[in-house]
Amino acid sequence: MLDWLISLWSDPNTRWILMGCTLLGLGSGVIGSFTFLRRESLLGDTLAHAALPGVCIAFMLHEVKSASLFLIGALVAGIAAVFCVSAITRWTKIKSDAAMGIVLTFFFGVGTVMLTHIQHSGSGSQSGLDKYLFGQAAAMVTSDVYILMGVSVLLVVAAMLLFKEFKLISFDPGFARGIGLPVGLLEHAMLILTTVAVAAGIQAVGVVLVAALLITPAAAARYWTDRLPVMLAYAGLFGALSGASGAAISTLGEGIPTGPVTVLAATLLFVLSLLLAPGRGLLSKALRHRNLKADYARSAERSALNAAEGGSQK
Amino acid sequence: MMDFWIILTAVLVASACSILGCFLILRRMALVGDAISHAVLPGIAIAFLMSGTRDSMWMLLGATAFGLLTVFLIQTLQTSGLQSDASIGIVFTALFAVGVLLISLNAQHIDLDLDCVLFGEIAYVPWDTWTLGGTDMGPRAVWMLGITLTVILLLLGLFYKQFKICAFDPAMAVACGIPVLLFHYLLMGMVSMTAVSSFESVGAILVVGMLIIPAATAYLLTNRLGVMIGLSVAVGIVSAVAGYLISYALDASIAGCIVSVAGILFILALILAPKNGLIARFARRRNIAQVV
Repeated sequence: MLDWLISLWSDPNTRWILMGCTLLGLGSGVIGSFTFLRRESLLGDTLAHAALPGVCIAFMLHEVKSASLFLIGALVAGIAAVFCVSAITRWTKIKSDAAMGIVLTFFFGVGTVMLTHIQHSGSGSQSGLDKYLFGQAAAMVTSDVYILMGVSVLLVVAAMLLFKEFKLISFDPGFARGIGLPVGLLEHAMLILTTVAVAAGIQAVGVVLVAALLITPAAAARYWTDRLPVMLAYAGLFGALSGASGAAISTLGEGIPTGPVTVLAATLLFVLSLLLAPGRGLLSKALRHRNLKADYARSAERSALNAAEGGSQK
Repeated sequence: MMDFWIILTAVLVASACSILGCFLILRRMALVGDAISHAVLPGIAIAFLMSGTRDSMWMLLGATAFGLLTVFLIQTLQTSGLQSDASIGIVFTALFAVGVLLISLNAQHIDLDLDCVLFGEIAYVPWDTWTLGGTDMGPRAVWMLGITLTVILLLLGLFYKQFKICAFDPAMAVACGIPVLLFHYLLMGMVSMTAVSSFESVGAILVVGMLIIPAATAYLLTNRLGVMIGLSVAVGIVSAVAGYLISYALDASIAGCIVSVAGILFILALILAPKNGLIARFARRRNIAQVV
């Protein structure tokens, strides 16, 4: 165990990947908290699936695998997808959940067509493009890791700078508009930050599961506190822990993909929070319920006794 | 003959999915369908590991159980106070991760490619046949889908009225004495079954496309449930056939092409639909402006 941890740290490549994934978890956890509070958690899923055609087009245009190009492709495709979702919900009677489902699968279907087309055309350098589906952090080269870290730091810094504004539009957009904040602009900014988080996470966690990095740590953090800054800290911590354990465990074997391990680590933290968190956790709720019941039984007993004594005195 | 089997499989997937999709759209549960289709993966992997074969019955049972487990978990999280979108997201990503991990850890034991998990391998359907008493009974996938479609038609045929009331007005259904929860789980069971039997042919994510897109297209075109189901199946079948032909021309994933065609049909309906289409809306608005 100790040897393994030491070997993780001593290999420079693994160390960078570990740090990259940890920072990624931190950044997406923080941004995810806002999307969670705005009840837009599944938008991350839509953005992630929609990124596939963007990544494919970026590859087809330049014939190289470069993280920055893919990031741009995923960003553009994600923004297009969000625009489609809002267009469908605004102009038709279709509700937002179905609209997200339509856009998600349509973009992913088109992406699949492009991906298989690229694979069948066999242009040599295309191998590894399918790593984007499930994520393989070990496949990242140092420049990819730099981009990942840069993006994650950007996410955290942006969330800190715009903290007050994001807090307002998460809890009370009407009030935010009332005091003259540019709500539309801020919503777009948050959307772009979410898209950046998703696009950066795809390489480490994969298209299908990257949404979990936004949702699960934030949902877990919500159980521990009622204060937003504390929640952001918890979500960042949970995200960082899941990212680190995902990257670390996937070095154990050749066939272990990073994405699923990261997601399962996050889920484990969520389940622990759900059960054990003080105040909102299931265990403390059950205890409180039991104590309340016992209190009530005791007081009922006492009043019954009092009544009986009162009756006998008469 | 190969083409025939592939197209037949695609048409069966399209029909089963498009019928159920109508109810999912009406109940605003499109994303629960998404969750189920991802979450059946561990069921399929576990059935594989336990039975050691691609025996369809085990896979159907195991995965349907996981589908229902998903619905149950989502509901449990929701009643414990978590918002619904987050509970859907947490449950399906966790289960899908378990499935992917199981498959990649047992790659040598499981004859299931991860690519196939996402895109399906409908092109291999004709080779994957099963035999009964020595005679070749044709592709396994066709039989599985046939059984699924029969179950769907049977259940919906018998309880059409109940499903309809549950879809439009659950409160009234409760008042009428219809066991809403039972029908909810029946519907979810059917969605899981469809997700499993379509899974090998079109993959986890494109099942969702077939569930939602044709039904949403039909939803734009009509206000009557019966007509909507008919139109939805028609859209599904047209996309299946056209998608197959296009994939042949492009040398790309068949399932991807089918969903892309369905998406294009949806866009056409969005623009051209007689009452709800963008053009009709625009014309109506202009008429009103002129009258004013």
